[in-house]
Amino acid sequence: MPPIKLTLNGKPWSVDADPDMPLLWAVREIAGKTGSKFGCGAAQCGACTMHVDGQPVRACSTPIGSIAGSKVTTIEGIEGKVARAVQDAWVKLDVVQCGYCQSGQIMSAVALLTDNAKPTDQDIDSAMSGNLCRCSTYVRIRAAIHEAAKALEI
Amino acid sequence: MPDGHMTQSPEGASRRRFLQVTGGAGVGLMVGFTWTGTSRRAEAAAVAAKAFEPNAFVKVAPDNTVTVLIKHLEMGQGVFTGLTAIVAEEIDADWAQMRAEHAPANAKLYNNTAFGPIQGTGGSTSVYNSWTQLRQAGATARALLVAAAAQTWGVPASAITVSKGVVSSGTHKATFGDLAATAATLPVPADVPLKDPKSFTLVGTKLPRKDSAEKTTGKATFAIDVVQPGMLVAVVQRPPRFGATAQTIDAKAAKAVKGVVEVVEIPRGVAVLATSYWAAHQGREALKVTWDESKAEKRGTDAIIADYKALLPKPGQLVTKEGDVDAVKGAKTVKAEFTFPYLAHAPMEPLTCVVKLDKDACEIWAGDQFQTIDQGNAAKTAGLKPEQVTIHTVYAGGSFGRRANVESDYIVEGVSIAKALADAKVQGGKLAGRPVKLIWSREDDVRGGRYRPLYVHGMEAKLGADGGVLAWRHRIVGQSIMAGGPFDQPGKPDATSVEGAAEIPYTIPNRLVDLHTTTSPVPVLWWRSVGSTHTAFAVETFIDELAAEAKQDPVAFRRTLMEKHPRHLAVLNLAVEKAGWDKPLPKGWARGVAVAESFRSVVAHVAEVSQDDKGRIKVERVVCAVDCGIAVTPDVVKAQMEGGIGFGLGAVMFGAITMTDGVVDQSNFDSYRCLRIDEMPKVEVHIVPSANPPTGVGEPGVPPLGPAVANAIAALTGKRIRDLPFAGSVSV
Ligand code: FES
Ligand code: FES
Repeated sequence: MPPIKLTLNGKPWSVDADPDMPLLWAVREIAGKTGSKFGCGAAQCGACTMHVDGQPVRACSTPIGSIAGSKVTTIEGIEGKVARAVQDAWVKLDVVQCGYCQSGQIMSAVALLTDNAKPTDQDIDSAMSGNLCRCSTYVRIRAAIHEAAKALEI
Repeated sequence: MPDGHMTQSPEGASRRRFLQVTGGAGVGLMVGFTWTGTSRRAEAAAVAAKAFEPNAFVKVAPDNTVTVLIKHLEMGQGVFTGLTAIVAEEIDADWAQMRAEHAPANAKLYNNTAFGPIQGTGGSTSVYNSWTQLRQAGATARALLVAAAAQTWGVPASAITVSKGVVSSGTHKATFGDLAATAATLPVPADVPLKDPKSFTLVGTKLPRKDSAEKTTGKATFAIDVVQPGMLVAVVQRPPRFGATAQTIDAKAAKAVKGVVEVVEIPRGVAVLATSYWAAHQGREALKVTWDESKAEKRGTDAIIADYKALLPKPGQLVTKEGDVDAVKGAKTVKAEFTFPYLAHAPMEPLTCVVKLDKDACEIWAGDQFQTIDQGNAAKTAGLKPEQVTIHTVYAGGSFGRRANVESDYIVEGVSIAKALADAKVQGGKLAGRPVKLIWSREDDVRGGRYRPLYVHGMEAKLGADGGVLAWRHRIVGQSIMAGGPFDQPGKPDATSVEGAAEIPYTIPNRLVDLHTTTSPVPVLWWRSVGSTHTAFAVETFIDELAAEAKQDPVAFRRTLMEKHPRHLAVLNLAVEKAGWDKPLPKGWARGVAVAESFRSVVAHVAEVSQDDKGRIKVERVVCAVDCGIAVTPDVVKAQMEGGIGFGLGAVMFGAITMTDGVVDQSNFDSYRCLRIDEMPKVEVHIVPSANPPTGVGEPGVPPLGPAVANAIAALTGKRIRDLPFAGSVSV
């Protein structure tokens, strides 16, 4: 099988893997980037959220072979002013508890704010409802997204 | 800055000073690896040794960082921040120079004084049991730094002040890092006086969490992220019914999967080892195992509930007896029966550990919650001595009790697999010593047991003509969490079955509480707030029902009965005042209240719920009041209340593990539904000012949430929900 070619966090990435292998495991175990987490393996929790060509996807349920040629961005590779605003707001409000869901939360929040600079509570709820947080940091996630939106206005 | 601190970096400043003072040796410390020559190495070692460690909890490094060794597990509850704050306060440090690090496993040094002699985290005891210990540790370190300054400058200790990490006297100034080497040579004083809490400058203020930056950038390391050279990934096929064991194993197809390295039997199932999780997972799919189910639980949960209900009319083991409930005659009787399902903890990070087993040593990486119990069980499994087992505690992706179990289930599985690989019969022993990362899938977690036990409660009260509660009978039926383990108190009712029911903050002249302890192969465990997950629900919804029967306002009714419990009363009053209990709500909304004590803290919630035109219930807002003694890090206390509210709400709305003929019906988050952001109410948290020593915060936010919401639903719809979760009775 020829290797699958993609871009990972801005760098060319050639993966020698079963095309059915989920993107999540290819990134975690082959590329060695462990910031994206395994929470359910069934597109139920969002802990594995990455950006594929700018769109948030559940990497646990995305076969690596199905996205050959795509640009994959993980929590380790996000950059730019939206990402910075989101991460700063997360730290400022101390959103995290155990932290395990937070890479995924941040990837979803960055995608939301890239699309919609001024989300309402309802926009946040619908964009973020695929990301479970068992520690229930939801109150602060909402507040931090508003905070990041405010910071981006300036 | 990792701490979000905007001030200049004191570490940077002192690092420069340190280099000035120590010259080449300082450089040697930094690049010692690349140098040759014994004298330089010795020099570097000598400098490294000058880190000042006055006790098991505090390390002051020449680079001016102060590291607190955290004996508890950071699983989200904030111990890296709270415990560090206690030391920072007494040593008078700058918050930015403080660091936190998990301590190694050692029951002597790191005993949990609330339930030891073991090192372990649970029962919301981390700050409670560390408070005095860490204050002393910080104060002692400070006294030594002051003594070092006094000696260096030739001034009396009384002429020295310490503030924000700077030690000064007149024109003399030094950082902790500057003084560390000298301090390390001085005798450690005993009985150093502690600060008057009135002079606290850090404790009680909003301090940035120590783990925020790492957890916001994907850099934090959890057990699932640990990689060791040559490591194999393992998944375990466990029996479909609790109590079954493997009978026949056909591993041919599994071994044919690309990447699968070996299949081994362990006491709890069959492990598939591979070079990646994906291969291990596919290998397990291809595995064929038959099970001996002769000792397995084959009842479904409906049958278990029916069995428990059959016990309700019969007297159980006595828990509390006050007055004589049977002597109260001719009064109005109110009765209620409750059912509480099994609940999975479903921490966001499924159970994972990495085990490296050699002939005479074992290393374990885990979000380890019971370090010395796990160390002992791992040693027993491996055939080693406990001191040969090293536990590397890393961040845990949540736990809610799951990672703390006296059988060390997932740790023992990991060690059993590593041990099986060492067997000469397995590939001629060539896999011996290969590190193993055991990963539970979400399905393994949801179906794997150690649930909050299923309980049935029966309650009966007698009301006087004036609405006074004359008699109260409370009977609980369910499995024991403690039975058979080191916390078991044979002959006594299991405290975790009855806490929150045995003692209540209401004065009732005749009260009887008793317990039927049942048995089942379904393994059970403490689940965030343990007994109070069910007892507080029964007590607080029943009290509410009695208030309604007595035609009284639920707050006024509680206040009268609570007169002898001023702490509870103050918390209740704060919550209802902040919630605006008497203020009108929009049409289709209603309020409910509940108050509960757990883990030495008292929490009251006022919940506001609404119902839309399709009948769907939504919790709009929760106003919380908490008395946890001194709130060491109030923002963490708030976060724990917010988290407890969301965690508790998901459970009462839709949390349930059910079984059909002994097989668990749920498997992942689609069937084991957990609260999502669109279901999270607005939350307001108010902390009762207190000068008392700190008490629990990780769990106490959970117990009153369910009853407050149930009481609000009753106020709105007239429906009293007694069978959990609510999803069985209303649309949620
Ligand atoms: S791990 Fe991918 S959605 Fe849960
Ligand atoms: S912070 Fe723990 S699961 Fe979200």
